[in-house]
Amino acid sequence: MSFLEYRIKTAPSGLRKVLYLNWPLVLLTCAVASVGFLMLYSVAGGDMSTWAAPQMKRFGVGMALMFAVAFTPIWFWRNLSVMAYLTSVALLLVVEFFGRVGMGAQRWIEIGPLVLQPSEMMKFTLVMMLAAYYDWLDPKKVSRPLWVLLPVLLIVSPTVLVLMQPNLGTSIMLLAAGAAVMFCAGVSWWYFAGVAGIVGGAIYGVFAFRGTPWQFLHDYQYRRIDTFLDPTADPLGAGYNIIQAKIALGSGGWAGKGFMQGTQSRLNFLPEKHTDFIFTTLAEEFGFIGAFSLLLLYAGIIVFCIFSALQNRDRFSQLLILGFAANLFFYIAVNLSMVMGMAPVVGVPLPLLSYGGSAMLVLLVGFGLVQSAHVHRPR
Amino acid sequence: MRRTAKDTEESARKVRRRAVLMGGAMGAFVAVLGARMRYLSVDQADEFRLLAEENRINIRLIPPARGLILDRNGKLVAGNEQNYRVVITREDAGDVDLVLRRLASIVPLSPEDIEKTRKEVERRSPFVPIIVADRLSWTDFSKIALNAPSLPGVTPEVGLSRAYPLDIDFAHVVGYVGPVSEKDLEGIENPDPVLQIPKFQIGKIGVERWTEDLLRGKAGQKRIEVNSVGRVMRELERVEGNPGENIRLTIDADIQNFTQVRLGTESAAVVAMDVETGDILSIVSSPSFDPNLFVRGISQKDYSVLMENDHRPLANKTVQGAYPPGSTFKMVTALAALGAGVISPQTGVYCPGHYEVGGRRFHCWKRGGHGTVSLGSALAESCDVYFYDVAQKVGIDKIAEMGRLLGLGEKPDLPMSAITAGVMPDKAWVRERYGQEWRIGDTINASIGQGYVLTSPLQLAVMAARIASGRAVAPRLIKMIGTEEVPLAEAPALPVQAAHLDAVRRGMYEVMNGTHGTAKSSRIADETMLMAGKTGTAQVRNISAAERAAGVVSNDQLPWERRDHALFVCFAPYDRPKVAVSVVVEHGGGGSTVAAPIARDVLLYCLTGGLPPLEAYPAAQRGRIETQFKEMKLRDTGAATSAKSRA
Repeated sequence: MSFLEYRIKTAPSGLRKVLYLNWPLVLLTCAVASVGFLMLYSVAGGDMSTWAAPQMKRFGVGMALMFAVAFTPIWFWRNLSVMAYLTSVALLLVVEFFGRVGMGAQRWIEIGPLVLQPSEMMKFTLVMMLAAYYDWLDPKKVSRPLWVLLPVLLIVSPTVLVLMQPNLGTSIMLLAAGAAVMFCAGVSWWYFAGVAGIVGGAIYGVFAFRGTPWQFLHDYQYRRIDTFLDPTADPLGAGYNIIQAKIALGSGGWAGKGFMQGTQSRLNFLPEKHTDFIFTTLAEEFGFIGAFSLLLLYAGIIVFCIFSALQNRDRFSQLLILGFAANLFFYIAVNLSMVMGMAPVVGVPLPLLSYGGSAMLVLLVGFGLVQSAHVHRPR
Repeated sequence: MRRTAKDTEESARKVRRRAVLMGGAMGAFVAVLGARMRYLSVDQADEFRLLAEENRINIRLIPPARGLILDRNGKLVAGNEQNYRVVITREDAGDVDLVLRRLASIVPLSPEDIEKTRKEVERRSPFVPIIVADRLSWTDFSKIALNAPSLPGVTPEVGLSRAYPLDIDFAHVVGYVGPVSEKDLEGIENPDPVLQIPKFQIGKIGVERWTEDLLRGKAGQKRIEVNSVGRVMRELERVEGNPGENIRLTIDADIQNFTQVRLGTESAAVVAMDVETGDILSIVSSPSFDPNLFVRGISQKDYSVLMENDHRPLANKTVQGAYPPGSTFKMVTALAALGAGVISPQTGVYCPGHYEVGGRRFHCWKRGGHGTVSLGSALAESCDVYFYDVAQKVGIDKIAEMGRLLGLGEKPDLPMSAITAGVMPDKAWVRERYGQEWRIGDTINASIGQGYVLTSPLQLAVMAARIASGRAVAPRLIKMIGTEEVPLAEAPALPVQAAHLDAVRRGMYEVMNGTHGTAKSSRIADETMLMAGKTGTAQVRNISAAERAAGVVSNDQLPWERRDHALFVCFAPYDRPKVAVSVVVEHGGGGSTVAAPIARDVLLYCLTGGLPPLEAYPAAQRGRIETQFKEMKLRDTGAATSAKSRA
């Protein structure tokens, strides 16, 4: 029995698709996004038009896109995976040569009125590609060196391109998400242990070669690491972000200073208060209770994703959902670690909360894929 | 690609296993994040809350209102006026050029002003208000307020600034204030934080400076919320400060004004003192300047006009000027000789017109000589030879001792700047200063107030007051601080015999009222206010033998700066002295012709408490005096300010 036939027979159609949606996931997504609107309204000093309104508009567009993606059969997306992956890599190359420089890095290309950030697209096309690869590959061969090398190349080549922009945060995300898909696909533990060893060695190398002409990272990236290790050393310079963020977080206490009462963000002490550091405002104004509630909402999203994957018997769908969940998790984990002073400031936004168009759209398209996999799962 | 269902199921199971593992790892990390969150926002909350407060709250000082300076009757001498000004804030203005152009069409603004403001605006942060125009009239100020809608970013402001309503009259006494400079701060060990306020005014010279601690008051505080770039968001709390103490001077603003106007353009100094209390009623240095210019920031042009004037308007000649006292010093010589017993008031000395000692010939001002003179006539006619002779008998050290008793050579303790101690030389002083022995010729010179002797007009007034009262009165400039009267300094009786003082006073009486008195033309005719005085003429150049042979050139024929200084000291009424006055007119010529009439007018003004009545003058002079008074442009010094009101 062909999988194709099997799926078509059981695939829901018309209104039934709506019923088959993973509604808790939709609601959780809306809930987190609403928290985001609230915070953007607050950090703008009680103004909708600065950040909150554009963000809501984008969320609306993103939700429409999510439903469109969700109602399209998952096998359509699987068949598109290779094409999507190659297009993304090609766009990354275009960005490398013709991209617009912003914030000291090449990240955007403008096509007419459209501003495209191919590194954002790469986040889900890579997961799609890997899921499709492991769907195609005989599960018995996953741990054979040659068949491990291929996905590694698939992960590393866009990662290197993103790193060259330079965008350290996103490249780490790509590596992590790719590794998560490989892990879930059942690649042997030994490879992961090996990679861990190599990464350890690499970190050693990064520091060992510091200050020589062969140093691996930009000076600003080294400084960020230094600052992370001792933020008080340069309180007004590189360490400012982290110190001020920690002050904002810490001064919230149990219940926070109250909505719109966060002095740190309202008085502009917080840098990037509407993007990467938006969580600190939440923690300042709503305290531990508010911050932890958000953490639980995020955890809820991931748990529902994993449950969805566990229910699914289609290999592509499973891996796609898990890869997406892992990607989301890494974003949250890195962003929160960063603002809480547990990781270097690498410029990773908080999904659904941070202000920004590309990231929001990409995320919702990702949710669309998860939903599509859920709706069209084999029964 | 085909796969068996069994394979599919097995691989799906494997994925589920791994998924659960991954989920578990994620859960563990979420727990770590939660723990960290709790640690930061609960366990360390107090510490971070403190840091957040420090971030947000700034303490700004509210400058206290400076204490007023009043005259002895409570008239305002130095007050605080509303300073209307407009400031511009770049971030609110938008197009700064446009706004400035509009502003210039409403109030007078020179192109240079606009250019200066524009540069300043560009240089500073966008939220910093920059002063566009200062000291606007009320009309201009209200015009700007009215046009506010078309002037975004322009704010009219009201501040306090020092103002001296009597401008030039008190310039030297009261001094002026100015913004705190680096140099001011260097001199202070623990600077009051209020001094850090930009453009905060402190006293620079005179009473403003020496009573700065009283006048300044205590700054208030406001706690304000600021954002990360220091912009003020709102005021949280306000504690008002204490305004400075009001200071009431001993000076009478009307007498002061009369004296100032009377001196006109002369380069001169006048001090009038209450003989009993030592209160300085008027202390004027002429020409003067407008202290308001300095408060507003004097222009280079105005400043060079003041600096280049050979009459030195900026110098306070009353206390800074050290002049040879000339013949006004003769009372000191006389009292020293009487005290030492080398002469009696009746001792006669023959004056042939010159005096020879140590192979040198010293001349009397009267070439033909005075004949035989005693103390009374020697003072009245100012015979030099008499004093050469008695000085030589008593010696310089006794003379210097008497000089110091009368306040010469000592620095008066007054809240004014650059007070000179003058010079009261004796043998030890010359040895220490010049490494020389005292020569007999030095005594001769000192006996008539020439040579080393230097005195300030204030010291001369003190001397006159002490001779008049027989007590060591000390000058007083500050009558009240706030509502408290400053206690009078003790004035012990001088260790001089009353008879000796009487003899000297009698001589001074003869100067004014004797038939041969040198200042008889400046006498007071009113019997109740008869005057006693002493003229003095201080040489500022040496007269060479050749010059003397050619005949001494009269002062009128000399260039101004080589003419003699004219001096005069006096007190009245003779029988129960109330007021003592000293006058020094730089290069004025003779003491009797120039200085004495001024002294008389001031003395009469003090005694009568207003423009002197013509009856007080000798009948022949009344017409001239009347025209003189008519031509004087006296000022209305205003009404007394109640002690509590603040301008």
